[in-house]
Amino acid sequence: MSLAVELRDVSFAYHGGPPVLEGVDLAVGLGEFVAIAGPNGGGKTTLLRVVLGLEQPTSGSASLFCEPAARCSRRSAIAYLAQRAQAGGEAPVTVREVVSAGRLAAGPLFGQLRRSDRVIVDEAIARVGLTASAARPLRTLSGGMQQRAFIAKALAAKPELLVLDEPTTGVDAASQESLAELLAELHGELGVTILYVSHEFGAVEKFVQRVVLVRGGIVFDGAPHELPGLWHDPSHSHA
Amino acid sequence: MLDLEFMRLAFAVGAIVGVLAPAVGFFLVQRRQSLVGDGIGHVAFAGVAAGYLLHISPVLTALVASVLGAVAIELLRTRGRAAGDQALAIVFYTGIALGVVLVSSAGALNVNLFQYLFGSILTVTRGDLVLVAALGGVALIALAASYRALVSVTLDEEAARVQGLPVAALNVLVAIMAATTVALSMRIVGILLVAALMVLPVIAAGRVAWSMFSTLVIAVGIGLVSVLVGLTTSYYADLPPGGTIVLFAAGSFLLCSVVDAVRRRS
Repeated sequence: MSLAVELRDVSFAYHGGPPVLEGVDLAVGLGEFVAIAGPNGGGKTTLLRVVLGLEQPTSGSASLFCEPAARCSRRSAIAYLAQRAQAGGEAPVTVREVVSAGRLAAGPLFGQLRRSDRVIVDEAIARVGLTASAARPLRTLSGGMQQRAFIAKALAAKPELLVLDEPTTGVDAASQESLAELLAELHGELGVTILYVSHEFGAVEKFVQRVVLVRGGIVFDGAPHELPGLWHDPSHSHA
Repeated sequence: MLDLEFMRLAFAVGAIVGVLAPAVGFFLVQRRQSLVGDGIGHVAFAGVAAGYLLHISPVLTALVASVLGAVAIELLRTRGRAAGDQALAIVFYTGIALGVVLVSSAGALNVNLFQYLFGSILTVTRGDLVLVAALGGVALIALAASYRALVSVTLDEEAARVQGLPVAALNVLVAIMAATTVALSMRIVGILLVAALMVLPVIAAGRVAWSMFSTLVIAVGIGLVSVLVGLTTSYYADLPPGGTIVLFAAGSFLLCSVVDAVRRRS
């Protein structure tokens, strides 16, 4: 199986401090839908930043699409939805403006969006059900709708790897379920590799193929039904 | 008023500055770097002083100093592990200290220096107009061409970096455009107030705009009107142009806030 992500014996510490990650081995195949979970402060986001090449491991190696993560040549195929994704600064950014920004890496860096890019942007907006709100400022939408807009931004890049860091922060339970169903659709229909990082993964538990629990290292890596009972999130029902 | 050449030159330079300053300031405000223009202005002061000391054009030396200062702020922020406000403080205070020392060395603490600090409609020359038109035009073209890329980085710098976009280069581009704007605007608005013309129209526009692009367009409109009305008022009321222009820009914020409040209530 071709790999989207591979970590080999990765350890990491910030600026000579105590290790945040130690001896991490992780392989995610193309087309997998994986939840990376664990307690706050357990190193999930750090692991993600190492995977994406935003941090260099203290030891070990990180690869993206079988290339060193920091020098990966297929970065335009990655879409990253950061923790607490911003809704712009002072200006009232619209849904369409946010989603159009996602098309930049795949299209020309300078000048106007091409007609074909605008079609892709409109399709991404429609895909997440925000066509009627495309011209609305993001800050006038609910948390769940804002997250859908950011998902659409990620989709506009036509990614092979979609990485979401705590995407349900500040989103109500119903919107969490709805978001999880949307991700499952994208995974099923488009075959996108998805890394879903969250301290609460109950919403996606019934859709993911693997759950990876991180607490300084990987303490569990397997199918959701193999999880020890205490890790299941009782706030969500499971199939 | 327009029979006088110095007023025609002031209006021509002012119109370019009125468009350029809010257009560049738009990206600073969105990145929550509203005070960067002020920091660059203080470095420009050192540049003006160096110009007096070396007997070369203070505008050119201010331009060089501003670009160096702006790039230094950006590098300290991104690579020097200094928080944004710390990077600004380092460059801000170093610039003003250097300016004071150079001005003293040049024996230039006089009326000419005050024209750079507070702006003057009498000092704009044809050479200034050529320089402002050329560099301002280049800056506006660069801004228009890179608008989408700059918006993308502004919305989410880290996501842009993950996608392999040239984030560092785009940030340096904004820094250089901000520095150029400060250096070009100081003859009209003055070093001490140039940052206000970059920021106030954008904040005002944000109150009534409905998208990022509309914010930019409205801000440019406010900047242009503030400069033209400010220069006219300055001429007839014999007021300093920089302060008058900025007061009109501040007034636009008040006006936009009232419009926003009325709109929300209705």
